[in-house]
Amino acid sequence: MKLRSKHLLGLEGMTKEEITLILDTAEPFKEILERPIRIVPTLRGVTVVNLFYEPSTRTRISFELAEKRLSAEVISFSATTSSVKKGETLKDTVRNIEAMKIDMVVVRHQCSGVPYFLTQCLDSSIINAGDGAHEHPTQALLDLFTIREKYKKIRGLKVVIVGDIKYSRVARSDIWGFTTMGAKVAVCGPTTLLPYEIEKMGIEVHHDVDEALEGADVVNVLRIQLERQKGGFLPSLREYTNKFGINVDRLKRLNENFTIMHPGPINRGVEITPEVADGPYSVILNQVTNGVAIRMAVLYLLSGGEGKVE
Amino acid sequence: MSNPKKKKEILNQPLEFELAILGGRVIDPESRFDRIADIFVHDGLIKEISSRKTTTRIGAKEVIDAKGKIVVPGLIDMHAHLREPGREDEETIYTGSCSAVAGGFTSVCCMPNTEPPIDNQEAVKFVYVKAKEAKCKIVCVGAVTKGEKGEELTEILDLVQAGVVAISDDGKPVSSSQVMRNALEYCKMFNLPIISHCEDLNLSSGGVMHEGFVSTSLGMNGIPSIAEEVMVARDLKLAEFTGGRVHIAHVSTQGSVDLIREAKKRGIKVTCETTPHHFTLTDESVKTFDTNAKVNPPLRTRKDVEAIKKGLKDGTIDSIATDHAPHSVEEKEVEFDFAPFGMVGLETAFGLVVTELVNKKILTWPQAIAKLTINPSRILNLKGGRIKRDFPADLTIIDPKASWIVNPSQFKSKSKNSPFGGKKLRGRVCYTIVDGKIVFP
Repeated sequence: MKLRSKHLLGLEGMTKEEITLILDTAEPFKEILERPIRIVPTLRGVTVVNLFYEPSTRTRISFELAEKRLSAEVISFSATTSSVKKGETLKDTVRNIEAMKIDMVVVRHQCSGVPYFLTQCLDSSIINAGDGAHEHPTQALLDLFTIREKYKKIRGLKVVIVGDIKYSRVARSDIWGFTTMGAKVAVCGPTTLLPYEIEKMGIEVHHDVDEALEGADVVNVLRIQLERQKGGFLPSLREYTNKFGINVDRLKRLNENFTIMHPGPINRGVEITPEVADGPYSVILNQVTNGVAIRMAVLYLLSGGEGKVE
Repeated sequence: MSNPKKKKEILNQPLEFELAILGGRVIDPESRFDRIADIFVHDGLIKEISSRKTTTRIGAKEVIDAKGKIVVPGLIDMHAHLREPGREDEETIYTGSCSAVAGGFTSVCCMPNTEPPIDNQEAVKFVYVKAKEAKCKIVCVGAVTKGEKGEELTEILDLVQAGVVAISDDGKPVSSSQVMRNALEYCKMFNLPIISHCEDLNLSSGGVMHEGFVSTSLGMNGIPSIAEEVMVARDLKLAEFTGGRVHIAHVSTQGSVDLIREAKKRGIKVTCETTPHHFTLTDESVKTFDTNAKVNPPLRTRKDVEAIKKGLKDGTIDSIATDHAPHSVEEKEVEFDFAPFGMVGLETAFGLVVTELVNKKILTWPQAIAKLTINPSRILNLKGGRIKRDFPADLTIIDPKASWIVNPSQFKSKSKNSPFGGKKLRGRVCYTIVDGKIVFP
C-alpha cells in the first residue's frame, strides 16, 4: 500500500488506512533507533530541505535527525538568515531553492496554508511541519503512535485536549487524527480560546476541565502562551492555571491507566504542574522519541516507499 | 412613448439617425417599459423608442439587429477601485473603463482610496481629466475624511463643486461615531449620500476570512459577521438621528440585511448594495487558500448568501455593485495572510447576475436591471440608468442565452485576480453604447 498523495499537508481527509500505514511503518524505524548504529541507507541520494520560517527546536531537530538517519542529504534554512529579510517573496525563495535540484521540502510557517501554497509552486514533495493554527500532522501522528504503543489500540479511547484550542495546530491535527482512528475526542478551554463551531469537527466541547476529564484515558495538555493574555483572551495566566491547569488533584477524575501528553514546549506551573509533567503516566519524552520514527516513516513513504520496511 | 402623434412626427422627420437598435426586448425599469421595440439615437441622445415595426424604414447610419437580445439602460457600477493615481500597475482609469465596457457598464463610480486619496478638489479634477480618455463615464466619489484617516472632514463643498457624487472612506470605516455624525449632518446641505464601509476594526482585527467553521478548520483568523453588523447598526442609528443619507456598501451578512430591512420600514434614509461575489460564493472558496477569494468583507456562509438573495428579492438591497478591486499577481501570489483583500469584478458581474439571480428566479429581468441601472442612478443623482427620450444614449445590449466560460487572462482589466476563472456563466454583453457611440466590442 502507498499513500495517495506525495505530500503530507494535514490529517484532515486522510483515511484510517493511510494513518495506519504510517504508524505501522514507524515501528521498524523506532526499532532502528534503538540499535547501536542508528542509520539506514533508505533515502541515500535524496535531498531534503527544511524550511523553517518560525522558531522551532523539537520539530526541527526531530526532522533533521529523521532525515540523517535515513541517509538523506539535508539542508536547513531559517527565515532569519535568508533573503526573506531582503524582501524576496516566498514563491521566489522556494523556486530558487528547487532550481538547485531537491526532492523534498519540510516547511514550518506562521501562516496557515503555506504548505499547500508550496505544492502549487514546486514539484517537490511537501511535508507540513506546522502551518499557522492549521495543522501539524507529524505531531498528531506521533501522538497517535505513542497512544497506540501504550494501549495497543486507539478506537474507543477518550482523548481530551486542554488549552488554547483556537490558536493550536496540534489540536486540529489531533482532532482529525484521533477521530479518524475511532477515539472519542473532547476539547476543553476558556470560551475565548475555543474557535467558532469547533463542535462541527465531531467532538465534545467543555469549559469545565473537571467535567471534561471525567472518564478520559488520554489528556493532551497544550501550551498556553503569554500573548493570549496580552490579546485580551485571558485576564491572567494565574486565572488560567486555577481554572484549567492540570494538577495532581484533577487526575483523580481520569480512568485507570491514564496518559498525560504535551506537545511541548512546556510552561511548567502554568498549564501543567511539574509533578504531572514528570509523573509515571506522562509520555512527554516518549512522544519526542517517537517523533523521529514517525518522521522517518513519513519521509520514507512520501519518497515512494511502500508497505513494510526491512 | 407610443402615442400616435409622436410616431407621426418621427415618420415625418427627414433626418438620418446615427444609430438604430432594432427588434430587441427593451427593458427600462424606471418607466416599467418591457417589450420589443426599436431605439433611435442621434447626437448621443435617445431620440425615439418605438414598438411600431414600420419605423424600421427610417434611415440610420448604423443599425444593430437586436432580435433575441435585451436592450437595457447602460449599467452603472457604483463601487469600483480604479487605482489611479498611485497603483497604475494594477489599473488605470482608462484600463478600468475598458474592463467596464466589456462588462456592459457605461458609468463607473471610482472610490477615493487611491494613493494619494481623492480628498481634495485638485484630486477630483485629476480624476475627471483622466476620465476624458475613458471608454465610459467615470463618476468620482470623494473621501469623507482627510487622508481617509477618519479624523477631520474633507472640504466637502469643494468636492461637490468638483463633481463628486458621494463621499466615502471605503476600504476603511469611519470609526469615530462623532466624525460620522458630523459627516451625515454636513452632507444634508448637499443631499449627498455617504457610502459607508461598515467594519468595526477591533472586531475584525487580524482577520483574513469569515469567522466560521471553515476558518476554524483552516486555523485562520476570522472576521466575524458582527464586525460588519455593529457598524451597520451604528450607521443606521446615526442616519436616523441626523436625518442624513447613508448608503451601506457591500452588504455581506444576514444580520446586516435584517437591520437594513427594519430601518427602511422605520423610514430611515438608507440604501445599500451587495456584490456579485457575496451573492454567489461562500467561505468554502477559501478552502484551497486561493488568495483571489480573499476579499473584504469576506465571503460568508450559505445562510448569508440566501439572506442576501432574499434582500435583493424583497428590495431591501437596492443595488448591485462590483467592488472591483484590482491587485497585481505579485501581491496576490503570497501567503494567504499577507495577500491584499479584493477581487476584480467588472467583467463577471453581469454574467453572475444573470446566472445566479435571473436564471435562478430570484429576480425578474426588470428587477435585476433596476439594481444595475436606475437604482444606483437615483442614489447618486445621476442622469443615466434610464431609457428615455432626450436622455444620453447609454445602452447595453445583451444576449441572455449565450453562455461563456470565465477566463481571467482575457480580461481587459490590468489585473486578473478573479476567483471565477473556469466558471460557466449565462448572459453575455454584445454591445456597450456610451452617448450613442459603440464602445464595446
